Amino acid sequence: MLWKTADYAGWGRALRATGEIARPERRRALDDILKDGLVPAVGMRRSYGDAALNDGGRVIDMTRLDRMLAFDPATGVLEVEAGARVGEIAAAFGPKGWLPAVMPGTGLATVGGCIGQDVHGKNHHHAGSFCQHVAGLTLITAEGSVEVTPEGTPGLFRATAGGLGQTGVIAKARLKLLPAKGDVMVVTERRVEDWDEHIARLDASEATYTVGWIDATATGAVLGRGILEEGETGSGLMPKRVRNRRVPIDAPHFALAGPIVRAFNNAYYRRVPASGRTVVRPIGDFFFPLDKIHDWNRLYGKRGFHQFQCVVPLEAAPALRDMLDTIATSGLASPLAVLKRMGQGRAGFLSFPMEGYTLAVDFPNRAEARELIRRLEDRAADAGGRLYFAKDSLAQGTAIRSMYPELPDWQEAVAKADPGTALATDLVRRLNLRSTR
Amino acid sequence: MNSTWIILGATSSMARAFARAVAAEGAGVLLAGRDAEELAALAADCRLRGARMAEAVTFDARDARTFGPIVERAEAEEGTINAAVFVGSMPEQAAIDTDPALIDGVVADSFTGPARFLQVLAPVLEARGQGTVVGVGSVAGDRGRLGNYVYGAAKAGFATYLSGLRNRLTRAGGHVVTVKPGFVDTAMTWGLPGLFLVAPPEAVAADILKAVRKGRNVIYTPFFWRYIMLIIRHIPEPVFKKMKI
Ligand SMILES: Cc1cc2nc3c(=O)[nH]c(=O)nc-3n(C[C@H](O)[C@H](O)[C@H](O)COP(=O)(O)OP(=O)(O)OC[C@H]3O[C@@H](n4cnc5c(N)ncnc54)[C@H](O)[C@@H]3O)c2cc1C
Ligand SMILES: NC(=O)c1ccc[n+]([C@@H]2O[C@H](COP(=O)([O-])OP(=O)(O)OC[C@H]3O[C@@H](n4cnc5c(N)ncnc54)[C@H](OP(=O)(O)O)[C@@H]3O)[C@@H](O)[C@H]2O)c1
Repeated sequence: MLWKTADYAGWGRALRATGEIARPERRRALDDILKDGLVPAVGMRRSYGDAALNDGGRVIDMTRLDRMLAFDPATGVLEVEAGARVGEIAAAFGPKGWLPAVMPGTGLATVGGCIGQDVHGKNHHHAGSFCQHVAGLTLITAEGSVEVTPEGTPGLFRATAGGLGQTGVIAKARLKLLPAKGDVMVVTERRVEDWDEHIARLDASEATYTVGWIDATATGAVLGRGILEEGETGSGLMPKRVRNRRVPIDAPHFALAGPIVRAFNNAYYRRVPASGRTVVRPIGDFFFPLDKIHDWNRLYGKRGFHQFQCVVPLEAAPALRDMLDTIATSGLASPLAVLKRMGQGRAGFLSFPMEGYTLAVDFPNRAEARELIRRLEDRAADAGGRLYFAKDSLAQGTAIRSMYPELPDWQEAVAKADPGTALATDLVRRLNLRSTR
Repeated sequence: MNSTWIILGATSSMARAFARAVAAEGAGVLLAGRDAEELAALAADCRLRGARMAEAVTFDARDARTFGPIVERAEAEEGTINAAVFVGSMPEQAAIDTDPALIDGVVADSFTGPARFLQVLAPVLEARGQGTVVGVGSVAGDRGRLGNYVYGAAKAGFATYLSGLRNRLTRAGGHVVTVKPGFVDTAMTWGLPGLFLVAPPEAVAADILKAVRKGRNVIYTPFFWRYIMLIIRHIPEPVFKKMKI
């Protein structure tokens, strides 16, 4: 059967959709589907909100078009189908001394999804965003299949990078991999006592990969405490991986209740000795720590959860601190929060990154949490920051317009590539992204 | 590891997962099927994952002329030659009920085609004194059901054939693994109603590889299908004939 009717959800499981899904297993099947008109493509639906949902409409699940097609060791360019997962590429190429230049916090994200959100990794401050390492891509638009490159078709490229799938279906891409010393990570972890130290250490970090884990339940003098993780690739042998675990059923609501989360965070913090430590880890463990627990999103129960992620300019760090303070004192406990310093790198009109600090926090899907997130969103906007489309599920269109000043450029290119708005998704409709007013 | 896997029906996603798993261990793969373009893409993928050699070869279960050249190509490789059969087709039973001629195709794809191929290959395995054959049957072959009894019959025939081939190859140092998958998330089952506990193809491929290593004879995958089928096989015929499962 070509089309399957299904009820499906974003990663946060708070937003859902019902509609028909096709999952072509061969390239020709994809072309056949698109002959009758464009349909939005989705990857592993690791976007938390509704970027990969099309309620009442159709989507194409790209995850079976996932083959690596060619690699040139002289240039490091890998040609790969859009449904391939980043973690698979890392696993195949790490041992040969190459890694995807940018990897998000889950190895299950597809190449198409990473382009559609122009994702960032723990090396954003050096390497920039995912699409800055895309040498070109094959895009199926209303006018048929086109080759899109940053130099040859800059407008269409910038509209596709971080373009939420609105310019067409990405069939394959050419990725510039980065040389790596090997497929293990040498990781230095140290405790960070409070917010100011966290910011100072992030600013001072010279490591290739840097990330701060924040205990978002710590308040007062220890607000912003956590673990700073710095990593470099290295070579060596690692013990065999332990089996992945799976969350088999939806957890009851109390699973992530305040005291449990606080205890967990405390343990996570104390795990690292006061003097810090350097450990060797498999690349997967460092880059994709949560992938070891399959379907961990079910820990939040049936109602699901939201992730709030914003980035604010460097000078707005105090505003971000105040936001964290509000989060911590709200008691709407969320396990681990992530703090990162970002560089300027971004490749598309709607790319998320800006030079500054980004904070990401999870909240169970409850009325108080939604209310809090809305307030946080306003404050991010006031601080000159922006929200991330890969995470957002609650924002409104008006706020987004000031955050993404290049929206009109994107709209112009998108209108050309998909004049019939056949590619609109729930997110695009919720935020009214494709309407010029 | 100096081994070569002939993979029949390599465009199946179950076969793709299996080919990748053996490629990652450095084996050579001969990817056999009808869709040259797709097989070429998979061959490139297998090479990039570590296959010593990966080539697409033409195979049509309904055309015995395609069998010999594949076996010859495999013989050119040194070391162990193995084969894994993923070919099969399952038209809707209703379509077969209206057009009985479809039966010939189902039986050729799921049973007689692969069996004829394996007959050509068997002497090579015997001569080398080693090699494993993996035959993918189905739980549908364990009992004829209203919903797909022609497909089930072909799979049952194939399972019996594999049992005999095991008997034969064991004498010469070879081995045969019969695989009976339950529901697997592939093109064959996409969108079909009434499925439950659907397994990802990667999990099935991992089970198969484990069974090959351990020299298992017959496996159900995922494992719990052994118990489901144990119950289904033991329902007395007078009761079973009235059931709709
Ligand atoms: C645990 C976890 C950690 C994460 N960490 C990070 C992080 O560190 N940094 C970061 O930036 N993000 C992070 N994310 C977000 C994630 O990287 C993005 O949501 C990414 O887009 C997910 O990829 P996907 O394949 O699931 O895409 P989906 O969510 O399925 O789709 C994302 C968008 O891309 C479009 N799209 C997908 N495939 C195609 C295609 N072939 N052609 C055209 N359009 C397409 C879709 O239409 C949609 O708009 C994280 C997510 C999780 C769950
Ligand atoms: N999916 C399940 O739930 C399930 C359960 C139990 C058993 N199985 C068995 O598992 C195996 C793999 O199936 P699948 O689920 O992955 O479905 P699939 O995608 O339909 O795979 C069937 C494979 O058989 C090939 N094939 C069919 N007729 C052929 C012919 N005449 N000549 C050459 N190749 C032919 C197909 O090749 P083309 O690309 O050329 O068509 C394809 O590679 C099959 O034997 C199936 O019966 C499946």
